[in-house]
Amino acid sequence: MAQEVKLFGMWASLYSRRIEIALKMKGVQFEFIEEDLQNKSPLLLKHNSIHKKVPVLLHNGMPIAESLIILEYIDETWLDNPILPRDPYDRAMARFWARFIDEKLIWISWDAFSSKEEDQGKAIEEACKQLKALENELKEKEFFGGDTLGYLDIAAIMVASWFGVMQEVMKVELLTEENFPILCQWVGKFVDCPIVKECLPRKEKMVEFTRVLLKDFLASK
Amino acid sequence: MAEEVKLFGSWASPYTSRVKVVLKLKGIEYENVEEDLSNKSPLLLKYNPIHKKVPVFLHHGKPIAESLIIIEYIDETWKHNPILPIDPYDRAMARFWAKFIDEKIQPAVWKTLLAGENEREAAIEEAHQLLKTLERELNGKKFFGGESLGFLDVAGNVVVWLEVSQEALGMNLLDKEKFPILHEWCQRVLDDDAFKQVMPPKEKLLAFTRARFEAFLGPK
Repeated sequence: MAQEVKLFGMWASLYSRRIEIALKMKGVQFEFIEEDLQNKSPLLLKHNSIHKKVPVLLHNGMPIAESLIILEYIDETWLDNPILPRDPYDRAMARFWARFIDEKLIWISWDAFSSKEEDQGKAIEEACKQLKALENELKEKEFFGGDTLGYLDIAAIMVASWFGVMQEVMKVELLTEENFPILCQWVGKFVDCPIVKECLPRKEKMVEFTRVLLKDFLASK
Repeated sequence: MAEEVKLFGSWASPYTSRVKVVLKLKGIEYENVEEDLSNKSPLLLKYNPIHKKVPVFLHHGKPIAESLIIIEYIDETWKHNPILPIDPYDRAMARFWAKFIDEKIQPAVWKTLLAGENEREAAIEEAHQLLKTLERELNGKKFFGGESLGFLDVAGNVVVWLEVSQEALGMNLLDKEKFPILHEWCQRVLDDDAFKQVMPPKEKLLAFTRARFEAFLGPK
């Protein structure tokens, strides 16, 4: 029976790209529905009435929201090419660090990017501390997932893309090769993966988009 | 062996309590390490350097932090009496609503407590809407997990704790007239054997809650 898989997303949303990467890694055919976030479709608002956000995965008419939750659903539904580790402890660690990225790292880094000059030094120091903690999780591995991309690599798309974009838009250096050689090496390998290359928008396009998104903020600086 | 399983927690932390309930439901023996949250032990800070919080679960010397992540680990390691549903969609829904409780309901409840006179009405209205949304998910079931406590019921313990402790704060956020279904669910949870054994005594919780908020806001 043909499975109906739809993904409501948006080209510049890295959360949305996470899902695309996972679906492609599993070879799942899906229909991508591009949302205009300034004018959300009635379908999106119906399928994610709580948060009204992308991404939303629709599988045989059943909606799931929240990117990390969608990733786990995908892994539990399409069993080929598992993205979460097998071992329960490794799974717990992958989940922990993915949540760390979304709930702590991004916000602390946003503070570092957006702080007033007088607070920026301290904010950058704090953000670097958090980045270092994440870098330490790579240890000797090619990817967070080991030899190949896994759940945490997919979650860390934020590190691979958002940081570079923000650094250019806000003119603040955070994730540098000098300070984070291992993490930057991972970024290089990550963006070079064929599936990621298919899914990641060009940096220039993201920078332009982000500049427009933050225009009021940038104007006030 | 009990010595292989340790839980660093605090009796007053509902997040610690979540893990204790699951350990009880699965009949897992463990060593309880009670933390003084005003003076955290070097071990706790070593095992959870990122968040420096309880609970932290230690199994064969390996630490895991974050209550919901700990619970998923326990469920995957001790497979009897599963806490999460079997079906992937139901699992996704349980995880979604647990996240909703922690990221939406909890902060909204806090907001009502900390709101100034002018913002209180709006804060209460927001919290009410969120609680109503959660209540709808019960959908005629005895528990979120169906016939017995499941992952979302355990995550929902903060709502149960709110019901129990709100009188200490002079509030009636979870009004049983407004939320009859949620109220009944709270009573069923409080009546559950595992939950009962883990829940701190009501008076102790009320006294603690009162003291904590007076420290925060000044005595009422």
